[in-house]
Amino acid sequence: MKFSYYPGCTLKTKAKELDKYARLSAEALGIDLVELENWQCCGGAYSMAKDEIASKLSSVRALAAAKEKGQDLVTLCSACHNVLKQVNNDMTTNEDMINRVHNYMKDEEPYNGETKVIHFLELLRDVVGFDKLKEKVVNPLGGKKVAAYYGCLLLRPSKIMAMDNPENPTIIEDFIRAIGGEPVVYPYRNECCGGYIALEDKNNAIKKSTLVMESAEKNGAEEIITACPLCLYNLNKNGAVELPVKYFTELLAEALGVKGEN
Amino acid sequence: MSFSNNLKENVIRSAGVDPKKCMKCGKCTATCPNGNEMEYKPHQFVYMVEKGDIEPLMNTDSIYKCLSCFACVERCPRGVEPAKFIEAVRVAKIRKQGENHLKADMIPDLLDEDLPQQAIVTAFRKYSK
Repeated sequence: MKFSYYPGCTLKTKAKELDKYARLSAEALGIDLVELENWQCCGGAYSMAKDEIASKLSSVRALAAAKEKGQDLVTLCSACHNVLKQVNNDMTTNEDMINRVHNYMKDEEPYNGETKVIHFLELLRDVVGFDKLKEKVVNPLGGKKVAAYYGCLLLRPSKIMAMDNPENPTIIEDFIRAIGGEPVVYPYRNECCGGYIALEDKNNAIKKSTLVMESAEKNGAEEIITACPLCLYNLNKNGAVELPVKYFTELLAEALGVKGEN
Repeated sequence: MSFSNNLKENVIRSAGVDPKKCMKCGKCTATCPNGNEMEYKPHQFVYMVEKGDIEPLMNTDSIYKCLSCFACVERCPRGVEPAKFIEAVRVAKIRKQGENHLKADMIPDLLDEDLPQQAIVTAFRKYSK
């Protein structure tokens, strides 16, 4: 099965593992991820201002490129996923933006939100299936207590992201179960780590990341997993709790027995 | 989208949500992870925009405290989605000449070796034009 794939800027630099383990795992699962040619950075944050349009064009270009290939577009970084999905929603609902984008881009076939954007976790749940994934696991986690950290961007706003219940999600917990771990549910799993505030207000990021990690630790977590490079950075760097934080794709590749491959 | 000289109208149009739908329950501020750091809190953005009291909002650091975590957007029971007003005011501010909150030459001092690019591009999106 072939999918267009949008890695995003951070997966080419500081979060190479997130990308590498996803590709190795996809291959092992019979999924062909074809990286979009000439993709541009999504900008990291979706601007909620309806008249902010130029900064959303890079997302429209990626969405249109996937449409041209007739493929669904797979994302991995939580921020890219959030931005692409919200811009895609704009391209069916924000009439003023749609007109301006069409007038500016002058594409032969104007883009109107046709591409389906799916996160790698949704690919595992909805295309592969967690039951099938379980059958392919060769190194199960052996009941390790793993805490899923959703953060903000995977789930909200839920009427657009439509991945899972925004207050009581299960997708990463189901993933952990499928690869042989025991999911740890804790109150702060969908609260913010501080995000980009780390750049100008480190103490603030320390407070928020520590709250998340203490909450996971108190509930018995031995390890935390995430899909977001900035969450991983904040928890690792700014969370005042010694608990390993990893990308979910690393555990996946390990479970599938492909972690050591290149 | 036509341009108006009326700041209040422009902010409401840019936000795309209706402050009059607010029932003053305060859930936005209660759920905001950064509300404690703000001079004007999310619920105050809603009623001050409704009153047309935009200038104080443009001149407060609170517009740079919103983390864009969408918690208030998700949890507002009336669909007012307060972060959209914070964003609209922030955008109105940084679009003005010389009002960039983050400048490129400030970046080297803020970097550490692990900081993901995502943090830098996001900060530029939020703080500068």
